[in-house]
Amino acid sequence: MNAPGEPLLAVDGVSLAFGGVKAITDVSFDIRKGEIRAIIGPNGAGKTSMLNVVNGFYHPQQGRITYKGNTRSRMRPYQAASQGIARTFQNVALFRGMTTLDNIMVGRTLKMHSGLFWQMLRYGPAMREEIEHRRVVEDIIDFLQIESIRKTPVGKLPYGLQKRVELGRALAMEPELLLLDEPMAGMNIEEKEDMCRYILDLNRHFGTTIALIEHDMGVVMDLSDRVVVLEYGHKIADGTPEKIKSDPKVIEAYLGVGH
Amino acid sequence: MFYRETGQFKQDYAADSAVFPILQDRYGLAIILAIAFVGIPLFGNEFLLASVMIPFLILSLAAIGLNILVGYTGLLSLGTAGFMGVGAYAAYKLSTIFPQVHILVWILCSGFFAAGIGALFGLPSLRIKGFYLAVATLAAQFFLQWCFVRVSWLYNDNPSGAIEVPARSLFGIAITGPSATPVTRYLVVLIIVVVMTLIASNIVHGRIGRTWMAVRDMDIAAQLMGIRLLPAKLLAFAVSSFYCGVAGALMVFLWLGAAEPSAFDIRLSFVLLFMVIIGGLGSLIGSFMGAALIHIMPIFIRALPESLGLPIGAATVEHLTFLIVGGLIIFFLIVEPHGLARLWQIAKQKLRVWPFPY
Repeated sequence: MNAPGEPLLAVDGVSLAFGGVKAITDVSFDIRKGEIRAIIGPNGAGKTSMLNVVNGFYHPQQGRITYKGNTRSRMRPYQAASQGIARTFQNVALFRGMTTLDNIMVGRTLKMHSGLFWQMLRYGPAMREEIEHRRVVEDIIDFLQIESIRKTPVGKLPYGLQKRVELGRALAMEPELLLLDEPMAGMNIEEKEDMCRYILDLNRHFGTTIALIEHDMGVVMDLSDRVVVLEYGHKIADGTPEKIKSDPKVIEAYLGVGH
Repeated sequence: MFYRETGQFKQDYAADSAVFPILQDRYGLAIILAIAFVGIPLFGNEFLLASVMIPFLILSLAAIGLNILVGYTGLLSLGTAGFMGVGAYAAYKLSTIFPQVHILVWILCSGFFAAGIGALFGLPSLRIKGFYLAVATLAAQFFLQWCFVRVSWLYNDNPSGAIEVPARSLFGIAITGPSATPVTRYLVVLIIVVVMTLIASNIVHGRIGRTWMAVRDMDIAAQLMGIRLLPAKLLAFAVSSFYCGVAGALMVFLWLGAAEPSAFDIRLSFVLLFMVIIGGLGSLIGSFMGAALIHIMPIFIRALPESLGLPIGAATVEHLTFLIVGGLIIFFLIVEPHGLARLWQIAKQKLRVWPFPY
């Protein structure tokens, strides 16, 4: 477990509604530098909406989000990307027609700067840049052990590998904050263990701050430093896994209560 | 057996990310280029050059332009002929206003006018997608064609309403106009098409091409990678229209010799879209294959009865050609909905593992 750092992201009193449907109501929590923060809750609790608010897909009606000390009002997804927020999706959102290599190379887009002229010639700065970033991407491919599918179109890959490629694509952005939306959904036990290992390695060796939505409680309790629990858009608990496990409100939300 | 990459080891990433990493592909390309640059001009007759190869190359170039938009960026467009017209009229106006500047310069510059107009009509693409965008680009097609008919300044108040190509030469060799030989025109078109295909290939294999394909495959995820949709889509519209514009200018100056506004009507847009779909979306070689299937094959089918000595009337041959081409289009789409380029890919894969099935 990492020593708790200063807050990287602070969500303060955020409310989000779609017409009359209140997805998130007055939720506050923070994510500290270097920690693994889990967001859990029953289906429809507003977890994914919360991630969408953090990386700028949704704009909350109320509340403030402070990231790296800057409070922001409306932020677009590409601005979030340029500030170092990367994410994966619950249902894989890869570029299906492209190879694994190209998918991960897209993650480097923000770090590539050669102009149209050199791109047209595919020579000089454009080619140097291409090779330089290819080297980084190959490191990621090594890390995720997907060397053999480098040139396979991702649409043809099995689900578990697609999830891994998607993680690779997010890693290529060298994010400071990595949002993982159910990275282990639909995986078998071995794939889950692999994924857990990658997440822990990332957090320990590269110091990446990770926010994680997950339904597998075993995974959540083992991986995360702190857990926030949402139910019907409200925050009902926040704290270390041990504290969450024994919280009566959380037990009620998950198991129901006798009447 | 002959098409096998065994033993071709890549030593560095530059070699591995080359456009043609396999040796046999490079040989094949060299042979095709040799035939195109030496064989056809030496042995081809006037019919082959002027009625088969020049139109084929020009249509291929326009198909590449449309493929950048539809195949690589996933933006459906029906304004292709309009953008080609912009290129043709821009080249015509420029060459009559500044006759001292060489015509080839103006043909290439005309692409920039088409690019500007294309980017302008690409603005709605941020909000609308798919068939709705196709309808929006249809507006461009109709509006531009209306301009070619009504704005007489565009055709220098020519009473016939057509644009006629002035005769121009380079180093004493006539390139445009009635005195230009088919061989010269063919070689000029060939050089332009080869260079522009090379450039298109470089763009789609690099960062910009990946950006386009990311927008095509999953625009939400593309935004999260830091891609801004509007600039990416407008650049696709601009580059695509540039190619179409140059193709349009070539069409008038080096193929038809003169053109009326009806040369750039909606039919041409549709024909190019069919070429791209049948050839293969998101494939440059597919653009050539699609153009070949739709332009060259009817010529051969039409010539077939005569060369076999079958007594069939000209009108019947024409009808049969339509039937056969239509049938073949349906056949290819059923066999491989991803286009001829995919068939080519499969054939190469089969060759690679031959004699084993996989």
